[in-house]
Amino acid sequence: MNNMEIELTSDIKWVLACNASDVPENGGACVKHEDEQIAVFNFTRKNEWFATQNLCPHKQQMVLSRGMIGSTGENCEPKVACPFHKKTFSLHSGECLSGDDFSIKTYPVKLIGEKVYIGIRSTT
Amino acid sequence: MLNEKPTIIVIGNGMVGYKFCEKLVAKTNSFRLEVFGDEPRPAYDRVHLSEYFSGKTADDLLMNTLEWYAENEINLHLNDPVQEINRDNKTVHSLKGTVLKYDYLVLATGSSAFVPDIPGVEKEGVFVYRTIEDLELISAYSKNARNGAVMGGGLLGLEAAKALIDLGIKDTHVIEFAPRLMPRQIDQPGSAMLQMKLKELGLQIHLNKSTTEIAGNGKVDALNFADDSSLPIDMLVISAGIRPRDELAKLAGLEVGTRGGIVVNESMQTSDESIFAIGECALYNGMIYGLVAPGYEMAEVVVSKLNAGEKQFTGFDMSTKLKLIGVDVASFGDPFINEPDCRTIALEDTSKGVYKRINITKDGKTLLGGVLIGDAEDYNMLLQTVKNNMALPPNPEDLILGARGGEAGEGGAGVMSLPDDALICSCEAVTKGAICCKVRDEGIITADGIKKATKAGTGCGGCMPMVKDLVNGTLKEQGMYVKNVICEHFDYSRQELLDILKMNNVRTYDEALDHYGRGDGCEVCKPAVASILSGLWNDLIVKQQPIQDSNDRYLANIQKGGTYSVVPRIPGGEITPEKLIVIGQVAQKYNLYTKITGGQRIDLFGAHVNDLPNIWEELVDAGFESGHAYGKSLRTVKSCVGSTWCRFGLHDSVSFAIEVEDRYKGIRSPHKLKGGVSGCIRECAEAQAKDFGIIATEKGWNLYVCGNGGSKPQHAQLIAADVDKETCIKYLDRFLMFYIKTADPLTRTATWLNKMEGGLSYLKNVIINDSLGICEQLEEEIQGLIDTYHCEWNEVVKNPELRKRFSHFVNAPEEKDPSVAFDTMREQVKAREW
Ligand code: SRM
Ligand SMILES: Cc1cc2nc3c(=O)[nH]c(=O)nc-3n(C[C@H](O)[C@H](O)[C@H](O)COP(=O)(O)OP(=O)(O)OC[C@H]3O[C@@H](n4cnc5c(N)ncnc54)[C@H](O)[C@@H]3O)c2cc1C
Ligand code: SF4
Ligand code: FES
Repeated sequence: MNNMEIELTSDIKWVLACNASDVPENGGACVKHEDEQIAVFNFTRKNEWFATQNLCPHKQQMVLSRGMIGSTGENCEPKVACPFHKKTFSLHSGECLSGDDFSIKTYPVKLIGEKVYIGIRSTT
Repeated sequence: MLNEKPTIIVIGNGMVGYKFCEKLVAKTNSFRLEVFGDEPRPAYDRVHLSEYFSGKTADDLLMNTLEWYAENEINLHLNDPVQEINRDNKTVHSLKGTVLKYDYLVLATGSSAFVPDIPGVEKEGVFVYRTIEDLELISAYSKNARNGAVMGGGLLGLEAAKALIDLGIKDTHVIEFAPRLMPRQIDQPGSAMLQMKLKELGLQIHLNKSTTEIAGNGKVDALNFADDSSLPIDMLVISAGIRPRDELAKLAGLEVGTRGGIVVNESMQTSDESIFAIGECALYNGMIYGLVAPGYEMAEVVVSKLNAGEKQFTGFDMSTKLKLIGVDVASFGDPFINEPDCRTIALEDTSKGVYKRINITKDGKTLLGGVLIGDAEDYNMLLQTVKNNMALPPNPEDLILGARGGEAGEGGAGVMSLPDDALICSCEAVTKGAICCKVRDEGIITADGIKKATKAGTGCGGCMPMVKDLVNGTLKEQGMYVKNVICEHFDYSRQELLDILKMNNVRTYDEALDHYGRGDGCEVCKPAVASILSGLWNDLIVKQQPIQDSNDRYLANIQKGGTYSVVPRIPGGEITPEKLIVIGQVAQKYNLYTKITGGQRIDLFGAHVNDLPNIWEELVDAGFESGHAYGKSLRTVKSCVGSTWCRFGLHDSVSFAIEVEDRYKGIRSPHKLKGGVSGCIRECAEAQAKDFGIIATEKGWNLYVCGNGGSKPQHAQLIAADVDKETCIKYLDRFLMFYIKTADPLTRTATWLNKMEGGLSYLKNVIINDSLGICEQLEEEIQGLIDTYHCEWNEVVKNPELRKRFSHFVNAPEEKDPSVAFDTMREQVKAREW
């Protein structure tokens, strides 16, 4: 444990998630990666992809991939709304935008051709 | 260098030490800052430490990034505790051998968990709960533990117990020495109520228990108590209080308290005036403040002192509000003061698990303090009332009973009566004046905006509801006109948008947004537009799946745990034995909980999303259709048995109910629609509680509209009397289409009528006397919707592309969500409590 450095820009492993066409336009889908559930969002309007944890921290429900996406504010901050109680979360920062003090984990996404990859930070 | 800046060394990079740096660099850059931290990572949010178990990473919890320290030229020595302070040379010496000279020293060493002197504390499987490393150890050990205990029933102990439950330890115990839980914050009846609620959640609580030994061979396997009882456990978390880390100060000869803590004055100076102590290590006026807000205030005082300011620390309010395992707990002001020194009003509702107590002065004029368990919604307002010495209402019990009748409290009139200097966010010291000013002068009109602009709500977050009320209250005071628009993406009311989309033949959401909206839409306008488009064109809703509200998207209602319910249509409540058997078979096959609904049909709960198409395939094969229980559309037309069997029945209410239900099924509307048909005025179908109700009379049928059950029940009103069946349906056609076209999103017919200028007589004029000349058009439009009816489930089960959307994992479509869990109750499944 001694002299452990904090890794803020740690290594990222890119994991093949699915085909782009598997995720509905302007919608989401849930990807299984080992024991983790990751929600991927195909934000067609912005021509961007996002990924977050699938667990809604409000009541610990595995549903964010079934949430509705959209944007808020002047800068069109992309967000997802949980289907249960409509708590919304920024797809950029994972911050809860409905004023609660929990947030969700976000993952980088990249598209190579038809394939969607999610970046997993290695924790060692 | 000669004119080098004076150096401040901060020992401890915890929450308060960090806050000191943040506040200092925001004010001045005339000091050099060196920070030593014992822990391997920069300061993190200890208050939200437990969220580490609910998915947050250590990085998420950081107060700020390493880049931030670098940008602000703060030299951070992590993993390098200071071991000695030499006050004569004004130097500090660290473990790694660094020696640095200081002009000022700030001790922010915090505290450590207090571990009582009980035999066995050194055993394997015994933990404390203070740092990320502690949590990592607990988490790793818990994998092999079936039962666990927390020693200490205070605030932190209960939080640790929640963590154990979250880690999957079902059998979790709390051991408390005192006769009640949270002895520092709440009273005996409050503790009893909290205990009852926590028990319901599966936590076992032992009060008056003094532990004499932590037993086990090398690793803990039981606790032995003074009363000779014992409890077998696999792991133990000790949370018996905190001990200020004053060892370094003691070594340097600074004055410390007899029970620990570095003695400080109003300016947070220790007995050496160039050395300050702040946060949980500081002892002010004989007291250690174990919360962040007072620590932040102390940091502010030192920053002020170093900049020749006057700010002093004069004690701090220790009021707290928290959610413990889902139960609200709050204590404010003086919670314990008793009669005859004051008047105490208490309210106890064991069925709801709510206990509220307020202490007021004997003259009934001011509030002194109180305790809230189970429902702490009033906390912020009560706290402000204490802090600002505000006058109480004539009946002080209203403070905890809530206003009776009327709509008082809406729009936050209460908060607007606070003085401008009322402290709204005590973590960041933001006043009401500062918040209202941002709204008035800078036009920041969202709670998030205020959060960013003032930092209010960034600490514990407890003040956010009040911030929202203040924003709305200020807007109202300004006489700001709040236009009835759908949301930030569309500047139109639902009715306006419907007209626009119709005129321009708009068929998709994206078209609507591109031409008549802005941004990327949201969870408010997407379903609203989806409903408008259905009302206009009645296309298959699954074609535009992502804009449908979650239930519409999966053509089923989402339940606790993420499974869905299945509600086949049973028109008029009439069903053949054959169909009943099919429902039973399907429920058995897919292990669904089965219940007769309040709407005369059968609901099957607990279906995995991947099973939905298979379930519906079987139901569709047996002749069932979607019941649209998920949609804002027609639910049920309830019927009584009517003249076919009933000795009082005037006409055949069942046949009429089925006819009406079949006519309007599937049509989307601003909110859901329900109907009822009764065979006589005994009204067994409760038709007058529905959006439309039909009651048989000697001469024909009476038609009632705009009734509602729900939270604000309202009877339907008679709009046509003694009409024949055909006329009744004609009026209904017009009525429903008029509602579909003109109501705001999510407005039931009752509310729509209540808001309508001219009320019932206007509605009657439009529907019956055709005062707007639109009746023919309304009839045509609704006929169009009736003619394009389709059962959505029928379409989905036939279409492999659509079926594909019903999976949990896109990359493993056969697999079910492993986080779904059920319990058993009365021989059926039930969703696992969340
Ligand atoms: C299943 C059922 C309860 C039961 O076990 O009996 C039920 C269950 C739900 N009701 Fe209800 N309501 C049920 C009959 C009622 C009734 C009684 C009736 O219809 O005769 C009422 C009062 C009558 C009325 O609507 O005016 C009723 C008034 C509500 C309301 C309040 C509506 C209002 O105007 O205030 C809601 C909330 C809402 O819709 O926004 C609601 C919402 C819900 C939701 C959809 C809550 C949700 O979003 O998850 C429940 C989910 C059902 C599901 O998953 O299948 N439910 N609900 C009943 C289904 C009837 C059916 O066969 O479709
Ligand atoms: C699980 C949990 C939940 C909590 N919940 C709440 C809550 O809801 N509300 C609330 O107000 N408060 C809460 N608290 C208390 C709150 O976290 C503390 O009041 C706050 O962290 C105190 O800040 P501090 O900087 O004084 O001490 P700390 O955060 O403990 O920081 C002190 C730091 O100094 C370091 N240090 C000590 N000695 C040395 C040395 N010689 N050299 C270098 N570094 C040293 C320590 O390693 C530590 O990193 C909670 C605490 C815990 C553990
Ligand atoms: S009354 Fe409330 S709890 Fe019961 S079914 Fe309706 S919405 Fe759900
Ligand atoms: S579970 Fe997601 S908002 Fe409640």
